[in-house]
Amino acid sequence: MVIFSVYVVNKAGGLIYQYDNYTPRAEAEKTFSYPLDIVLKHHDEKVVVSFGQRDGIRVGHAVLSINGADVIGKNTAEGKDILEYLKDPSNYPVSIRFGRARLSSNEKLMLASMFHSLFAIGSQLSPEVGSSGIEMLETDVFKLHCFQTLTGIKFIVLADPRQSGIDALLRKIYEIYSDFALKNPFYSLEMPIRCELFDQNLKSALEIAEKAGNFGAGS
Amino acid sequence: MTVHNLYIFDRNGSCLYYNEWNRKKQAGISKDEEFKLMYGMLFSIRSFVSKMSPLDMKEGFLSFQTSKYRLHYYETPSGLRFVMNTDLSVPNARETLQHIYSNLYVEYIVKNPVCVLGQSLDSELFSSRLDAYIRALPYYSPRAA
Repeated sequence: MVIFSVYVVNKAGGLIYQYDNYTPRAEAEKTFSYPLDIVLKHHDEKVVVSFGQRDGIRVGHAVLSINGADVIGKNTAEGKDILEYLKDPSNYPVSIRFGRARLSSNEKLMLASMFHSLFAIGSQLSPEVGSSGIEMLETDVFKLHCFQTLTGIKFIVLADPRQSGIDALLRKIYEIYSDFALKNPFYSLEMPIRCELFDQNLKSALEIAEKAGNFGAGS
Repeated sequence: MTVHNLYIFDRNGSCLYYNEWNRKKQAGISKDEEFKLMYGMLFSIRSFVSKMSPLDMKEGFLSFQTSKYRLHYYETPSGLRFVMNTDLSVPNARETLQHIYSNLYVEYIVKNPVCVLGQSLDSELFSSRLDAYIRALPYYSPRAA
């Protein structure tokens, strides 16, 4: 029962705060000999698996490290292009680690803005009068909860589907935001939140929510 | 406890079928635009979910809810998308949508030599069976207008 991450989006749709509480890393490291039977391709400045799913290596997984050294974008740690490196038989046997690519901060910014728009479209396409935007989005591995305040700030929490008490947690995060970000004289509205007390209190609120499984009121 | 409406999209984004039972509010745009917006929203949600997900997903996006309605989504491996809006009391309509696909769509559209796949579904038998099925659902109740 975990809470994966928290995002705070301002009323223009820009991400102003992001915290990853728990990032499960499903990775697989294997040693390969020439020729490589997994087809790789370039995608978004990364090298990803496009065909040849097996043994924990799925389509869409990115190359995370080669021979123990973390890759940098499309190049190995030494700066050589990965696909060129893997075409050369003299580099084999090679040990490659595959896994879900971590989101860069740019990607998180884009995803937060994307959600901001989807939230609004959810409200527009409503078959009922007076609907809010998307408050909860469910998939088979996570549930995304969103709380929009009266001022247009959205608090988004990604959690395990079975985690309960997220509504109370969202209200608590709003309380922490108003106490430690808004009341901070050095914080400007709608700007990225860089307040230590906000971070600390958010982390402890998440711990309480995860432990209790159910966030009590009045904590 | 009610079903608001149902959309069926093919994998290219064209809306093959749409019907409504209890819709209170129109979207304020033409039906064509609404279908495109709905498809676009679902496409973006799927891409959003696949990037955002902390773990590898098997089924992907299932449903979302707002303060007033819940949208259920089911996609077949052939790219056919079933979208149903219900009220909040329906927790999971996945089996309903799967039933609509395998027992209604496959039976009355795919197996129909006259129906061309990829075009709007104009089989009356399909419409009437689907309507009867929806009305017979345990969570459907026609609200007084």
